[in-house]
Amino acid sequence: MTATVGRQAQAAARASDVWKVYGSGEAQVIALRGVSAEFERGRFTAIMGPSGSGKSTLMHCLAGLDTVTRGTVSIGDTTVTGLGDAGLTKLRRDKVGFIFQQFNLLPTLSAKENILLPLSIAGRKPDPAWYDTVIDTVGLRDRLDHRPAQLSGGQQQRVACARALVSRPEVIFADEPTGNLDSRAGAEVLNFLRNSVREHGQTIVMVTHDPTAAAYADRVVFLADGQIVSELIEPTAETVLDTMKKLDAPTEVNG
Amino acid sequence: MLRATLKSLLARKLRLVLSGLAVVLGVMFVSGAFVLTDTLGRTFDAIFADAYEGIDVNVAAKPKIALSEMEGEQTPPPFPAATVEKVRAVPGVAEATGVIAADGARLIGSNGKAVASFGPPQLGENWTGESDLIRLREGRGPNADGEIVINKGLATAGKVAVGDRVGVLTPLGPKQEFTIVGIFGYSGGRDSIGGANEIMFTTPVAQRLMLGEAGTVNSVSVKAADGVSAESLRDAVATAVGDAYEVKTGKQLSDEAAAGFKEALSFFNRILLGFAAVALLVGTFLILNTFSIIVAQRTRELALMRAIGAGRRQIVSSVVLEAVAVGLIASVLGLAAGIGIGALLAWAFGNLAGGLTLAGLGVPASAVISAFAVGIVITVVAALLPALRASRIPPIAAMQDVATPDRPLTKITVAGGLVTAVGAVLLFLGLGGNAGDNTLVTILGGVLFAFIGVALLTPLISRPVVNLLGTIFAWSVPGKLGRLNSGRNPRRTAITAAALMVGIALVTGVTVILDSAKSSISGLAQDSIKAELVISGVQSGPRPPTFDPAVLEKVAAIPGVRLVDGEYGDMAVVGGERTWVAASSEVGALRQIFGATPTAGDIDRLAPDEMLVSSDVAKNRGLSVGSTVPVQLARGDARTYTVSGIYTASQLTNPVVLPPQAARDFAIPQPIQGFIQLAPGTRVADVQPQVEALLADSPEVSVADRDAFIEQQASQLDGLLTMIQILLALAIVIAVLGIVNTLALSVLERTRELGLLRAIGLRRAQTMRMITVEAVVISVFGALLGVVVGAGLGAAVVEALKDEGITDLILPWSQMGVFLGLAAIVGVVAAVLPAIRAARINVLGAIAHD
Repeated sequence: MTATVGRQAQAAARASDVWKVYGSGEAQVIALRGVSAEFERGRFTAIMGPSGSGKSTLMHCLAGLDTVTRGTVSIGDTTVTGLGDAGLTKLRRDKVGFIFQQFNLLPTLSAKENILLPLSIAGRKPDPAWYDTVIDTVGLRDRLDHRPAQLSGGQQQRVACARALVSRPEVIFADEPTGNLDSRAGAEVLNFLRNSVREHGQTIVMVTHDPTAAAYADRVVFLADGQIVSELIEPTAETVLDTMKKLDAPTEVNG
Repeated sequence: MLRATLKSLLARKLRLVLSGLAVVLGVMFVSGAFVLTDTLGRTFDAIFADAYEGIDVNVAAKPKIALSEMEGEQTPPPFPAATVEKVRAVPGVAEATGVIAADGARLIGSNGKAVASFGPPQLGENWTGESDLIRLREGRGPNADGEIVINKGLATAGKVAVGDRVGVLTPLGPKQEFTIVGIFGYSGGRDSIGGANEIMFTTPVAQRLMLGEAGTVNSVSVKAADGVSAESLRDAVATAVGDAYEVKTGKQLSDEAAAGFKEALSFFNRILLGFAAVALLVGTFLILNTFSIIVAQRTRELALMRAIGAGRRQIVSSVVLEAVAVGLIASVLGLAAGIGIGALLAWAFGNLAGGLTLAGLGVPASAVISAFAVGIVITVVAALLPALRASRIPPIAAMQDVATPDRPLTKITVAGGLVTAVGAVLLFLGLGGNAGDNTLVTILGGVLFAFIGVALLTPLISRPVVNLLGTIFAWSVPGKLGRLNSGRNPRRTAITAAALMVGIALVTGVTVILDSAKSSISGLAQDSIKAELVISGVQSGPRPPTFDPAVLEKVAAIPGVRLVDGEYGDMAVVGGERTWVAASSEVGALRQIFGATPTAGDIDRLAPDEMLVSSDVAKNRGLSVGSTVPVQLARGDARTYTVSGIYTASQLTNPVVLPPQAARDFAIPQPIQGFIQLAPGTRVADVQPQVEALLADSPEVSVADRDAFIEQQASQLDGLLTMIQILLALAIVIAVLGIVNTLALSVLERTRELGLLRAIGLRRAQTMRMITVEAVVISVFGALLGVVVGAGLGAAVVEALKDEGITDLILPWSQMGVFLGLAAIVGVVAAVLPAIRAARINVLGAIAHD
């Protein structure tokens, strides 16, 4: 699955023949076996797979949070593989945004301060127009002075989304963003993510095991046993579920 | 980023209070020491400025022996009163007064005891009339030999009034009775100057009793005529009186006197700073621990920061910034507390020294600068390690519940071993006397390294020892849980315990050294002093208690008394070197009472121009029997003595023994101690009351049997020990705060787990017991370490002092046991608040706790 030169320019994130091996000897676990994938600019991609399929590992490697054993990862025109701590820090600061399952807001800061935290860490001023757009999109204008503890789960996750968006990263990685939310709050967050892709051209890569959530994406990549096994374009919850069922059966036999 | 740091700090202010408190206490000590010495320094400046007020120029004879402030009050030697006339004739002199003033005039108060001084001089002077400084409050000046005036402060202390007949002890004669005819005070309504007691006689009496020579004075106070400067008059007078005199302006005198006191104060300051250093060392452990725990708790938050783009340096600086903020606040509070403590100590000191009028409280720049420097630097240094650890948190930790893996202890153990070894080597060098001038620094450095090294080794030791200690409590489920909890994080347990170790190790070490010294001295005295009765007193000021030498002859006449010896002592210049010299009224006592044996010549008798020296002195100075040595005593001219005997040096013998006649020229020409040997078969109880009766006129001393005397001598070390223990108790208090802190943070950290335990049925009381067991295990572990390390250090010092005569090694087992018991109590006390907090945890809330 190597990419052409023309498409390379459009890829926001790319993995080439990525292997990830944990431990050694008897305890060796191969999490990724030669995964190659591209995540196009301005698209919302979901990574799916059963537990232990390596989907989180793939995302951690793509985001430069974890090192790969073999192969290369790049984000935009930056090759992530081989970067030192300073390079990785700069990468996270300028090109990558994160949304976590546990929201991960700083309890001591207000919503607004949380949203602006990445910019203030990088020592940058927010673009006021973009900031307003983000705030209006997430619909939190009247909650900006609240502390995370004073917000509902959905609101907290929207703050986290705004935090990821506000610095206009090359790509946002979302790790089970709806995992801790009820279906309504989850739908709000997913709608919001899809809109930021459609309206603002943001690139988002989301790891999930929820077919309904995956259905919001433009494309779904299926992982099983450390390899990409399938792919869906313009998925619906049904097609995702069907693909999952097909994957589950052999995995259980193999496992 | 800055805002995030500050907000995080504010959110954790409670957690930082306890660790901040350790810095506050340390800083308090440091700034308190500076405030105290500054206040007392200016107090003494004022006192001496007052004492020399109205003196433009002062003339005194050059002293025979230069003494420092630490060695006692300097009494200028007498010179002929004719010099006063010579000074008066100098142009520009308005007034010249011959003054007699010498230390050692002691009033016997209405209770029959000599009024004691705890430092200030007890001056015997001649009455020269009222002046700008001195005003009679009652009565009149002395006109006859039997009359005296005293200052109001002395009258109050001795509870005497005008018209009373009182006894006065003087350096040169037996007790004499006088009538108080007047009581005077000083300008500004003061009752004394700097707590000094003053007794003023008529000039002839003062000459006889204080100087020992009629027709002499020991200084001339000069007032300049209008328009003549003190400096030019000083030079004129100096030319007129010649080289044998020291002529100084009043300003010079007061500056010199104050400088002497300040030297003593700076010594005191250094002691206080030493204890501050101990407190801060312990505080460092505490802060290190607090920040480690806080960083551990904030792992997810810090990882998040890293994930959204914070660099390592930013993480380090955010933690360091927190430390700076804590240090800053602690320094401010510590400085305030230090000013309070300094004021309190100055006040206590003023009262103890007999009602010093304190100068206004001073906060010198040194106090402020040192407070902030020490507070901030210590906090930042202690927080640096946790900060570096924080920067190594991987960003991925934000997404996973990364259980911090139990890092292997190899590195820290190797480091601990190395640091301990460096400490041991330094101690060995320092104690072995191989470090030359840097001995003290080397020893202190060795102790510091040893502490840090042991602290680093502690995690390794903690596992087996904590398990063992914990087994004692493992009979119940909460006890078992508590034991497991205390072994859960060996580093944290170790640092908490190490903080307690420092204080307890120092107390134990000092106790070992002092107890060994005490036992060695007692043992030596038991074996070597062959006297059944001893006359001595308890020294309260710089001047030792003395008694009338006439008593010695009377004691000798008591039936059953075989030998009586009165011991005199003074600093003298022997062959150009300052040396402590003694004179015995009974030369034979050297052999018969103190057990010295001759190595050359005859040590049983001395002609007036002969001297005995110890074998050490003989060796060091190349003296042998027949050598001649010039000796300058405090009074009179230098004389040449011939060495007539050399004796074996021991702990009880003096380096140089002069004939009894020489004692007349000692600064204190009265015996300080008396030793009485009884004939075989004589009962001590028969003789003791008779000696006691003879001492009625020497109220400063009493007669005791040998055991009581030895006990009394040895017990002088007890006061020192108590003082050191009280000061070191502060370090232990800080360590206790550390235990409270660690537990409180652990409880917070384990909220979810505690909730779970409660949910599955652990009762409140059981929860509390669990926390208490953890605390007790940690504190007993710390005390155990402290006792072992302290005993080791103490034993090393004692071993090194073997040559100095500390031959016994006494390990204070009972006291060490008490420390362990106290540690258990400390653990229980430290656990109270965290345990209550743990017990109050809301079960549902705790399980949902993130």
